[in-house]
Amino acid sequence: MTENVIEAQNLTKRYDGVAAVNGVSFAVARGEIFGLLGPNGAGKTTTILMLLGLSEISDGKARVLGHDPVREPLAVKRRVGYLPDQVGFYDNLSAVENMRYTARLLGLERGQRDEKIALALGHVGLSDVMNNRVGTFSRGMRQRLGLAEILMKDARIAILDEPTSGLDPQATVELLSVIRDLKHRGVTVLLSSHLLERVQSVCDRVALFNEGNLVLMGTVPELGRQVLGGGFRVEVEAEGAGLAERLSAVPGVQRVERVGTTRLLLMAQRDVRPEAAAAVVEAGGRLLHLGVAEPSLEAIYTRYFQDREGTRHAAA
Amino acid sequence: MPRREGSALQGVGVVMLKELSDHLTSVRMRVLEWLVVLFALAALYGAIQQVKDVTAEDPFLFLRLFTTARESIPVTFVSFLSILVPLMAIGLGFDSVNSEYNRRTLSRILSQPIYRDALLFGKFLAGLFTISISLVALWLLVVGLGLLLLGVPPSAEEIARAFIFLLVTIAYAGVWLALALLFSIVFRSAATAALVTLGLWLFLTFLWPSVLSQMVAATIAPPDPRYVAAGLPTPATLEWEQVLARLSPSTLFGEVALALLNPAQRALGPIYLVQLQGAVPGAPLPLGQSLVIAWPQVVGLIAATILLFIVGYIVFQRQEVRA
Repeated sequence: MTENVIEAQNLTKRYDGVAAVNGVSFAVARGEIFGLLGPNGAGKTTTILMLLGLSEISDGKARVLGHDPVREPLAVKRRVGYLPDQVGFYDNLSAVENMRYTARLLGLERGQRDEKIALALGHVGLSDVMNNRVGTFSRGMRQRLGLAEILMKDARIAILDEPTSGLDPQATVELLSVIRDLKHRGVTVLLSSHLLERVQSVCDRVALFNEGNLVLMGTVPELGRQVLGGGFRVEVEAEGAGLAERLSAVPGVQRVERVGTTRLLLMAQRDVRPEAAAAVVEAGGRLLHLGVAEPSLEAIYTRYFQDREGTRHAAA
Repeated sequence: MPRREGSALQGVGVVMLKELSDHLTSVRMRVLEWLVVLFALAALYGAIQQVKDVTAEDPFLFLRLFTTARESIPVTFVSFLSILVPLMAIGLGFDSVNSEYNRRTLSRILSQPIYRDALLFGKFLAGLFTISISLVALWLLVVGLGLLLLGVPPSAEEIARAFIFLLVTIAYAGVWLALALLFSIVFRSAATAALVTLGLWLFLTFLWPSVLSQMVAATIAPPDPRYVAAGLPTPATLEWEQVLARLSPSTLFGEVALALLNPAQRALGPIYLVQLQGAVPGAPLPLGQSLVIAWPQVVGLIAATILLFIVGYIVFQRQEVRA
């Protein structure tokens, strides 16, 4: 069942006549992890704030869980958890005290509060430090505390703004695992980021923002085909003579590149791994490794902006 | 178009309690409280000495505690309050909204199911409540010490007058709190907000009523040479002076204190001798009449609070959440 929990239609935000977000339309299905990508200032955060009803919508429409964030902000905010970019807490209060304040704002019943808080903190691995002042917390711990707040809220949608920025690799891995865990609980996740590699590993679909416009949308392989010209990149590591020639003769292979003494990269229209393996064996070579490289988001991203720059210069 | 759902006040209580507990446990509040108590005791001590020395028979002996000063320290309890209450209100309010921005807690809190109204109302009420607690404690301290040291029990009317004065002091605190809150919304930097609020306070309290209002009044309504020749102030100029001076909350507070704590006060501002015909000089007015004299000033203080709060509210509603 694909039911859309977030729908944006022609969403526009203007500041003094200048569009920060310009007619963006997208939909996120229940249970999906959807990534908003793009350079800083591309309009990702503004889009998120409009979806939450925290910023006025200049034009267009948004529906979140069937509610209009402009007219029914409380209904939206009750069911949507938000982790802002560089989330802040009251440093003089402990993690539990911070959570209690939120719990009271949410209107959770007194009897449920502490139990839910303890459960949520346990889930993000902050049980040991729950009574420490948040002032002593690292960046990663604060982000996880923010996620605990979303868990406590029993949110149907989690909106995470730059959740991994400024985190060390270990903290990033931990955070991403909590995000995946959210998905397993049936929570729809909308996250924004400019760190592509990490996002790729968790997102089902992504939308690429640039200067207020949504320019590309789809799964990462789809985007790869769209931007990088659709090819598969098959990596072959093999020892033997004349392999490059033999492999370029394989049907479907467009180009062969030598990237190392024993490594070859095949650009192909389809997955040619079986044929490539057969070709190496036929040529009497020793096959060491065979793999197909997923198009990386980084490459898509870079290529996309290079192309744009190119056309712009050409036009100028 | 359908109305916005839910109450604008949902969560006010939660915000208020949280802010209140922050205020009451903060070092800042501790310092302000000690400052107020020590200064008040000093003023009270002076007043008691003076009352003991000078006033033998006075029907309103108790109220003299508020308005008498010893010659060596010429500051009364009321004038201490008129300076320290704004300081306290500004101290509590100058960083109430911008600190939420700077700690990056604002967007997280506002993404909970509450309206912005709740945050602002809660913060204002918590500030006012904190000041009220201190002022009530101070008031009880004064009454208690007065009882102990003067040995004269206050009459019911004196207590009533002193109590109404307490309420007016809280309203006076409200003006400065609303002003501090407004600047904490307008300026992202807490230091700037504090400086601007303190600057405006100094201007309104010390510069405006005593010097500038007179200069402006003399420009609007130049003194009549005939009055000058007779060595009298020109009524038109005097009236303007008073109108302008009353733009300052400190002036209003001072006038209310005068009318409430000094029952013999028959008018605030200049009156013609004709108007005093038949009056018994020095005879006290009943409480109701004193209240009538002070009422416009009290309304002025409350109106100023509401006005400043509304301006802050509008600015806050229009502000973007992102830091």
